Amino acid sequence: MHTKVRVQTTINGEPQEFLCEPRQSLLECLRDLLGLTGTKEGCNDGNCGACTVLMDDRVVTSCLVLGVEAQGCQITTIEGIARGSELHPLQRSFLENAALQCGICTPGFIVAAKALLDQQPNPSEDEIRLWLANNLCRCTGYDKIIRAVKQAAEQMQEVNA
Amino acid sequence: MKTQEYTVVGTRPIRHDGVDKVTGRALYGADFQMAGLLYGHILRSPHAHARIRRIDTSKAEQLPGVKAVVTAGDFPEVPERMVDLGEGDTPLSYARGNVLAKGKVLYKGHAIAAVAATSVHVAEEAAGLIEVDYEVLPCVLTAPEAMQDGAAILHDDLKTKEFGEQTGRVSNVAEHFRYAMGDIEAGFAQAEVMVEREFNTATVHQGYIEPHNATALWNNDGRILVWCSTQGSFSVRDVTACLLDVPVSRVRVTPMEIGGGFGGKIPVYLEPVAALLSKKTGKPVKIVMSRKDVFEGSGPTPGSHMKVKIGARKDGRITAAQAYLAYEAGAYPGAMVAPGAMCVFAAYDIANVVIDGFDVVVNKPSTAAYRAPGATNAAFAAESVVDEIAEKLGIDPLDFRLKNAAKEGTRRADGPKYRRIGCVEVIEAMKNHPHYTAPLGGPHRGRGVAIGFWFNVGLPSSCTISVSADGTVNLVEGSTDIGGTRTSIAMQAAEVLGIPAEDVHPTVVDTDSVGFTAVTGGSRTTFATGWAAYEAAQDVVRQMKERAAKIWETEAASVALDRGVFQSGDKRMTFQELAAKLDQTGGPVVGRGAVNPRGVGGSFSGCIADVEVDPETGKVTILRFTSVQDAGKAIHPSYVEGQMQGGSVQGIGWALNEEYFMNDAGSMTNSSLLDYRMPTALDLPMIDTVIVEVPNPGHPFGARGVGEANIVPPPGAIANAIYRAAGVRMNRLPMNPPAIMQAIWSQRD
Repeated sequence: MHTKVRVQTTINGEPQEFLCEPRQSLLECLRDLLGLTGTKEGCNDGNCGACTVLMDDRVVTSCLVLGVEAQGCQITTIEGIARGSELHPLQRSFLENAALQCGICTPGFIVAAKALLDQQPNPSEDEIRLWLANNLCRCTGYDKIIRAVKQAAEQMQEVNA
Repeated sequence: MKTQEYTVVGTRPIRHDGVDKVTGRALYGADFQMAGLLYGHILRSPHAHARIRRIDTSKAEQLPGVKAVVTAGDFPEVPERMVDLGEGDTPLSYARGNVLAKGKVLYKGHAIAAVAATSVHVAEEAAGLIEVDYEVLPCVLTAPEAMQDGAAILHDDLKTKEFGEQTGRVSNVAEHFRYAMGDIEAGFAQAEVMVEREFNTATVHQGYIEPHNATALWNNDGRILVWCSTQGSFSVRDVTACLLDVPVSRVRVTPMEIGGGFGGKIPVYLEPVAALLSKKTGKPVKIVMSRKDVFEGSGPTPGSHMKVKIGARKDGRITAAQAYLAYEAGAYPGAMVAPGAMCVFAAYDIANVVIDGFDVVVNKPSTAAYRAPGATNAAFAAESVVDEIAEKLGIDPLDFRLKNAAKEGTRRADGPKYRRIGCVEVIEAMKNHPHYTAPLGGPHRGRGVAIGFWFNVGLPSSCTISVSADGTVNLVEGSTDIGGTRTSIAMQAAEVLGIPAEDVHPTVVDTDSVGFTAVTGGSRTTFATGWAAYEAAQDVVRQMKERAAKIWETEAASVALDRGVFQSGDKRMTFQELAAKLDQTGGPVVGRGAVNPRGVGGSFSGCIADVEVDPETGKVTILRFTSVQDAGKAIHPSYVEGQMQGGSVQGIGWALNEEYFMNDAGSMTNSSLLDYRMPTALDLPMIDTVIVEVPNPGHPFGARGVGEANIVPPPGAIANAIYRAAGVRMNRLPMNPPAIMQAIWSQRD
């Protein structure tokens, strides 16, 4: 009944092959089959954003994507955001701005924010708020998260200048 | 010590667990994996109130991949007694009955049975094959309804306790208590202005992003090993042991990282069930709640029905205040109405007070603590009435509060007399903030203020510190870290030792590896576990001085430690230099701290809210928001601000949107994060913060817990702002667009 399907993808730059049931979500595949537990489950119906990953540079909630849909795709998860041993500027600015409390939503926010900065290097406060409206945080009230994203954007621009 | 003398306390180091949390490496409860792991799923009641006639699990058991099914009958039969659930005592049968229902289900979502299987999907399928024969009963969903004569009764054995005495009367009112002070009638007789209003607030949820989870292994040696996300590993240990009727030493709980709690992760739901399933299968079993389960089967915070009456003289002094607070406990007693009663008038110095509290069971999930539990409901009512009185008297709302503010020596109606508190300082900081006098800049806009109080708790904490040869220390503690407390605790040890915060390595360990530590709750962790760390660090200093004395061949009493340098006469040695010499001077140095501190200091908070009310739709937009709170001494100011901002925004959500929509059958119709509408980044402005520091005389660094008081004032402040923007006094939460429009229309009629 549960015949498994072979899926070939690229995850965080590395070719990755796995077998999954057709009903398993990408979130389940990442967490339970591949051990990439940095991507979190908060609601399993696409409303909290804790499971946000990039799929061919598109922001998706991985709970609403089937594992089999990842065939041939490039997936980026929180585990692929740091550049080797060096943190991504967003990761550094989240730490410096105390932009996390419990930390469960943090991977989703960082992945979503990276996608924003990749296409809009100098976002306004409103643009950041709109982009991140898909990600719920219950601890911080968002203030320090918005500041962290702004600071990371500024630092990345200085580096690129 | 004076503030300016601190070198670590008051600074903003990077949190110790930060890198793991921004790289996805931190392991939360649901991330736990183990060889042979089975997955559990809980079957929940579709009815709000029903008798269970029969449960047939045979079809579920036959499904391939299913390894075990358990029901309440699998719990050992143990005599009734009171058990400590981490925030107060409850009868064991209630604690057990909420984990797996026996005989009756009391709310939709009440757990009935659980399945363990080789995958979560098989477990879910199997749960659907369990046949339950119900006799559906009428349900009661609000406190006023449940208190009526002839209301459907939840518990045939629940008899009302009145003023501390058993009445023998079976009803849904578990308890009616009263706090009284002075002469209420004489107080109201002196009043020249009086306002009395009635309020209702809806059930709301803490809304932590991480669902409840637990993994248990009933090991072959008889020990029960648990990994879970909890606010209190020791209370999970104690409750699990109690329900399974084993000694506490048989249970070891390892607290994984926790994705939010706000009081909701104090109760135990899954751990004993996972343990029963593990016992039957011999394998570890993991259960993770769905979001719907979290809404329907965990512990939201009480809805309430309240009346508040306040009288004042024309000179602006309050002469008497009275409150009636009926809170919905949900399925089992324990609505946190007592804390609400303690806090309702706690910000004011009032001679004549009567507060009546009612703890009422209804057919909704058994409620749990939520950040200053009980106080936010009560403050919404009290602060609305205070605002109306100030308006009637023509006095500025902050001046009116200042005239009546509680201060050192003020007695609260529930008994305690305040030590040094920061109520006046908080109100003054609000008044002096540029926000208070800034122009509103448009029509349909209004500004509101409110203040609030949370008493905070102490409770036991333990900590050990061992010194490494490189001059750093390892700090072991038992408080699960929900918002940066590893760092705020480590900083207090670092301050004593005279070393940088980064040189203290804090670890939160399992219940076998540290002394008893009460829950991360009641704003106690930085205060109490911080104090345990302070004591452990003092113990290290004492031992290190002995080592220095040994090397210098002098008396330990002559050795002093100043900013990380030991000295005696003209001899000096840094903490690092001495740490390298421990092996030669007698071996390892390990300091210990175990405390049950008394000197807890309550925290006052206030906020200023600017809103715009759309007169066509009733939508309220928060334009500007400033939160002010007395932290005593902010150990790590960034995380104090974070608490203030987070509490403020939860208060904003509670004020404007959040609500359990219940249909007549007692079913929650909005049990998803789409329909249960918590604030998003787009709904909010920046949340400005002002930290007031009135040192708590009961703590070595003057710290007061800051986790909770900040959620108390926002609903009242927003209601008062809405009044100034739209001319309507709101008497219910949430103040969502339909409620606002209704208020506007009924005023026009």
